Amino acid sequence: MPNDKSHNTNIAVYSPLRGCVFFRSKITPLNGFRSLGLFIVKLSSASAIDLSDTLRFLIPSHLNCRRFSVCLVAEKKGVFSESKMSRAAVEVPPKGGFSFDLRRRNEMLSKKGVPPPSFRKTGTTIVGVIFQDGVILGADTRATEGPIVCDKNCEKIHYMAPNIYCCGAGTAADTEAVTDTVSSQLQLHRYHTGRESRVIAALTLLKSHLFKYQGYVQAALVLGGVDVTGPHLHTIYPHGSTDTLPFATMGSGSLAAMAVFESKYHEGLTKEEGVNLVCEAICSGIFNDLGSGSNVDVCVITKGQKEYLRNHLLPNPRTYVSSKVFSFPRKTVFN
Amino acid sequence: MHSNPAKNHSLVGPEAASERTLYPYVTGTSVVAIKYKDGILMAADMGGSYGSTLRYKSVERLKLIGKHSLLGASGEMSDFQEILRNLDELILYDNMWDDGNSLGPKEVHSYLTRMMYNRRNKFDPLWNSLVLGGVKNGQKYLGMVSMIGVNFEDDHVATGFGNHLARPILRDEWHENLTFEEGVKLLEKCMRVLLYRDRSAVNKLQIAKITEVGVTISQPYSLKTFWGYSAFHNPTVGAEGSW
Repeated sequence: MPNDKSHNTNIAVYSPLRGCVFFRSKITPLNGFRSLGLFIVKLSSASAIDLSDTLRFLIPSHLNCRRFSVCLVAEKKGVFSESKMSRAAVEVPPKGGFSFDLRRRNEMLSKKGVPPPSFRKTGTTIVGVIFQDGVILGADTRATEGPIVCDKNCEKIHYMAPNIYCCGAGTAADTEAVTDTVSSQLQLHRYHTGRESRVIAALTLLKSHLFKYQGYVQAALVLGGVDVTGPHLHTIYPHGSTDTLPFATMGSGSLAAMAVFESKYHEGLTKEEGVNLVCEAICSGIFNDLGSGSNVDVCVITKGQKEYLRNHLLPNPRTYVSSKVFSFPRKTVFN
Repeated sequence: MHSNPAKNHSLVGPEAASERTLYPYVTGTSVVAIKYKDGILMAADMGGSYGSTLRYKSVERLKLIGKHSLLGASGEMSDFQEILRNLDELILYDNMWDDGNSLGPKEVHSYLTRMMYNRRNKFDPLWNSLVLGGVKNGQKYLGMVSMIGVNFEDDHVATGFGNHLARPILRDEWHENLTFEEGVKLLEKCMRVLLYRDRSAVNKLQIAKITEVGVTISQPYSLKTFWGYSAFHNPTVGAEGSW
């Protein structure tokens, strides 16, 4: 195995501002690429670290190049291999803004045929409704991985604060992570202010977080709670936009649930009417949408009190249960 | 909107002069229909959208076929008119037999299925979802054909957005032997939800009724809508800074 010193080193230097990448197998000194912000340098033999130091020295600071990376690919004699890749990020003051380097890497990988890892989506029906004393949230309990149900009884109503709960649809990891993060932030805020959390605080934290990630965090949320200013219900979309509504639905079963709400919602619902309406909407999603199923979770939040009714309805019981354990008749032979 | 590709007059291949429906241009939105005690009730609004513009607001999408059937269509309106021409011819030839027999809804449905499926096999579909309902000899019939030839018969059908918004309501609330008033109320409920939540819906609809006795297609009328929720008037009360 040839060691570092004897390698024919390939160097790529690129300036993220200019967006060019250049690979050469034999490096020769060139002056003509200044305008592109590229330098191609010949170096006889060097280890990775020496190389990056040399380069840092060589590339003048007056070049409009804030940040660059050096990517070394070592070449085994006669066989081009990418096995020895080291990246030395040179420190220059960051310009600010988003860094989409990993996205470039992902695009390059997918072009090479490496499939991106698939995510577990919840494929859901989640609803929220404001009734006369507060807010009722509802959700189904099916989590899907493509065509397969991977969790028959997952929890989609997440805790944010003692008086605020949030239902999540979309990528399961995203909804969990984002609600956990904001829940911790709300707790710290409560310690800092000494007061009960407000729903718009949760709303603003969630929406800023999701907007910052430009829709890549695929979490569609229904946020509901009761604070000193009254009951509130909001929907939050993956790109960070929000709505304030008297009744809301999200997820793949949202149309089926919205059909129920649009025909049956009225103002001044009592608690029983509200819970029934929510259950009907979720059941509509469960039975008319393939991405939703199993059971109904309900959460009722009123001033100073909350009731988390896990598996409030179980409309999909196992109907046929045989008393006999399945057994083969005697002397059955299978080849 | 896509502009029509120029007709290819070159001598290259038999495909050169084919004219297929590649995209729908003037489209109608959902049709909802149910069986009730005396026959079939069908509802459709009167909008013809040209892409995202609501161009035509008096398009009749429910038509009588022969004596026993009612056809409702969503999708490309020109293809619907073509279908009506074909069905006209069919009924005419049937009448010319003058044998006291007439094509009932089952027969017309079968004809439509064959027509739609054959066109799709030629990669030249009629871009419609059709609802066909009727009563003949006391038998009620309600069926649907889609643009690729999927056909089935059911107690309540809907096309387009109606599948997602109206069918959950119908599955919950439809039952055998609805009276006329109950049926109309149920259809209006579905059409109201569609009006609220389908962007290409218009508030001008017709409801058609077909029974053993005959057909009535109502005059166009509008549904009452309610926008008076206090949360709509004051959405950000207590939540300053949100919207």
